[in-house]
Amino acid sequence: MQWFDLKSDRGGTIFLGLLTLVTLVVIVANQLIPAGSSLHLSTFTVTLLGKYLCYALLAIALDLVWGYCGILSLGHGAFFALGGYGMGMYLMRQIGDRGVYGNPLLPDFMVFLNWDKLPWFWHGFDHFWFAMLMVMLVPGGLAFTFGWLAFRSRVTGVYLSIMTQALTYALMLAFFRNEMGFGGNNGLTDFKDILGFSLQADSTRVVIFLASALALAGGYLLSRWVVRSKAGRVVVAVRDAEDRARFVGYKVESFKLAIFVLSAVLAGIAGALYVPQVGIINPGEFSPLNSIELAIWVALGGRGYLYGAVMGAVLVNYAKTYLTGAMPDAWLFALGGLFVVATLFLPKGVVGWFEGLSTRRKTEEVARG
Amino acid sequence: MTRLSFPACTVLALITCVLLALLWPPSPANANQPDDRFETVVSGLSVKNFKKKSIAVERLVSSGDPRTVPVLQAMLKGQLFYIKSGKRMVYGSATDDGYRVTTVVGGEVLGEMGKRAIKKVSVNNRIRKQLRSAIARLSLADPDPEVRLDAARELLRNLTPEAAELVRSAVVDEPRDKVRAVLETGLAILNLDSGDQAEQLAAIASLDGSLVPEARNRLSLLVEETDDETLRSAALASLKGIESTLRWNRTAETVFFGISLGSVLLLAAIGLSITFGVMGVINMAHGELIMLGAYTTYVVQLLMPNHIGLSVLVAIPAAFCVSGLFGIVIERGIIRFLYGRPLETLLATFGISLILQQLVRTIFSPLNRAVSTPPWMSGSLEINGALSLTYNRLYIIVFSLMAFLFLLVILKRTALGLQVRAVTQNRQMARAMGVRTGRVDALTFGLGSGIAGVAGVALSQLTNVGPNLGQTYIIDSFMVVVFGGVGNLWGTLVAAMSLGVANKLAEPWAGAVLAKILILVFIILFIQRRPRGLFPQKGRSAEH
Repeated sequence: MQWFDLKSDRGGTIFLGLLTLVTLVVIVANQLIPAGSSLHLSTFTVTLLGKYLCYALLAIALDLVWGYCGILSLGHGAFFALGGYGMGMYLMRQIGDRGVYGNPLLPDFMVFLNWDKLPWFWHGFDHFWFAMLMVMLVPGGLAFTFGWLAFRSRVTGVYLSIMTQALTYALMLAFFRNEMGFGGNNGLTDFKDILGFSLQADSTRVVIFLASALALAGGYLLSRWVVRSKAGRVVVAVRDAEDRARFVGYKVESFKLAIFVLSAVLAGIAGALYVPQVGIINPGEFSPLNSIELAIWVALGGRGYLYGAVMGAVLVNYAKTYLTGAMPDAWLFALGGLFVVATLFLPKGVVGWFEGLSTRRKTEEVARG
Repeated sequence: MTRLSFPACTVLALITCVLLALLWPPSPANANQPDDRFETVVSGLSVKNFKKKSIAVERLVSSGDPRTVPVLQAMLKGQLFYIKSGKRMVYGSATDDGYRVTTVVGGEVLGEMGKRAIKKVSVNNRIRKQLRSAIARLSLADPDPEVRLDAARELLRNLTPEAAELVRSAVVDEPRDKVRAVLETGLAILNLDSGDQAEQLAAIASLDGSLVPEARNRLSLLVEETDDETLRSAALASLKGIESTLRWNRTAETVFFGISLGSVLLLAAIGLSITFGVMGVINMAHGELIMLGAYTTYVVQLLMPNHIGLSVLVAIPAAFCVSGLFGIVIERGIIRFLYGRPLETLLATFGISLILQQLVRTIFSPLNRAVSTPPWMSGSLEINGALSLTYNRLYIIVFSLMAFLFLLVILKRTALGLQVRAVTQNRQMARAMGVRTGRVDALTFGLGSGIAGVAGVALSQLTNVGPNLGQTYIIDSFMVVVFGGVGNLWGTLVAAMSLGVANKLAEPWAGAVLAKILILVFIILFIQRRPRGLFPQKGRSAEH
């Protein structure tokens, strides 16, 4: 079974092992060790780590299309945010009459805007299963529509990047509008509970963390299975020589579309797991900056290495958390420098650099005999 | 003693006045009358008794001195004072504690004075009325046609029965067509109420298409009040004419706004159409190069605070150099190593844009900086009553077209342009022919960046200058270049203008944000249909 084949993927094995370890440590340190102990892990840290895991899943999603298919999407933040809004809408409906206005039918912001009934697209979001379905269907559907149009007319390379950026920018502007019915500028927030469990409770937080870890592991295994499948090889062929793949007889558009949609769905799931942890979703998530920042996680970690993307996401976000706290002015300098350094000196990312080192060592060993 | 001498003084003064008036007949040509006479007449205004004050006003008006109107206007606005000791007349403008004082005669600045030292020349309603009609009368007789035009317009806004007389007499003597047209409109409005049907019908007909708001109001009033069917239908027809003229003007204004937005887009995008279109470099730091240009304007203004009017002109070459140099450094330092890897270039230049933003934030603070508009750029060009074009927008339009032509000439008519085109079409061959490709790359990139800086100077006059200035334009600029067709300057021009106009045309019914979204969605869909934009490059160079 390729699904659980760990031998041929040393980096992946290490990553999955680490993920399991971290998850176990987090659960034990937060739940079993009492709050007074120095070994206790605060819920704040748990949430922070959970956030990193969501980012990592998002990075895997981008790596699928960029690293393996050569499509640099600068609009993946849009799929992430759409997933987030799906979850946010479910959480909004769970508030019920506990809002500031105490309206049992409408979320607070709709009462504030004097709306008298729920817009049609909010129906069904009271059910968790429906919301989760939408979390996958909406980003997937958008990716399908956009990709179907774009790949069919052979919009490629930087054009596609710019178009995806315009897409997320347009969505950001749209979601900022109050008339859209998604809370406008403020977005969706003030969530109370999920599936009947309070979001404030430590145990709920840990469960969501666990869910994020499982989703990340699942996303990783699924993506690895896809890129190692026969279809995955075609996708890589498309990346390296699109025309040649087409001439050989493959329907390049279909392969691109499939991988693009899969990637969007993964990004949507990451967004849905992200929202209950940070407690808010607003149009800022659509901003083009977020999507480009995401590209640098993948570039730094190593394109074409799924675990490299994960590593990049965690590294950059840890640096961000640290620097924005310690010296806020330096963060943009550091991030900007990272972009330059990563593209100039680490074209294959950190993972690719290490791989290069070990390959060279092996070649030297062979040469020495 | 004093009781006896006071009336004697007044009589004496009066006699002197009369004598002087005889000696210097009131004619506008004779402006060089001695100050003492004008001063005497003006000081007459300081009397407390309103009746006497009214006489003093009349005397001032009949003096015919060209300095009369400002005095009357100041009096009307309550800015005319006299110094308690000496009764010298002064203009005063209120400051924190007291008044800044300038003498009426001679315009000598006396500095600040306390509230106690000066006294306001008070007016009552009768004098106010007298002042208004006097100002109107004097201005209508002014030798300067601009002054007469303003006065005629002012009269239209306030058509009192006294004004009617004034309009009737002035319209006969008026030499200028433009001023007379305004007065005739006034006359027509007055004739609406004359009661004589033929006269009223003629008036209604002459008001057809008039853009004076007063005409529209009076006509609608007439439609409501009159019992005469002929009049009503004529007035309705005339109103319809006014509505259609207004609508036409509104459309013209929207198109003008659209073109001015298009010029801004063009300015922001032409630099990019060089670096992206011609060289194929995705420069995400382009917006920040625009921002640097705007900040250069700010710094230039800081360096020459007394010459704001000139500073913008100085800022144009300065911004070109600053942004151009930054561009060359970026090209030589980073982009050079990334040719042929467009996606990496995109990320690296995005990194540079972040660094530049933070640099500006660190040096100039994250707050917006105020860049002042030079006096020659403020104000507006009035086409008619409903349409006026602001000068700063007009200048931006002219300026962006000039920048466009400048680039076009460089690319098509100079040796550098020839080399640039050679390198973009076939790098290897160009090098084989002896073109120093590295130098050409640097210079082209510098040129595109420099134009971005120049765009920044223009934008500093329109929007806030802050660290995020560039970000707001980067996506729009890329849209314009991609929509127009990469590598095609004319395409960029057409794209910028059509997107600008489309945006402004959509705004009234969709709202600003939705209009923008619609335009973005339109471009996204358009690119699916025609991936190479409006004007795709033809030939072999289009393949890669």
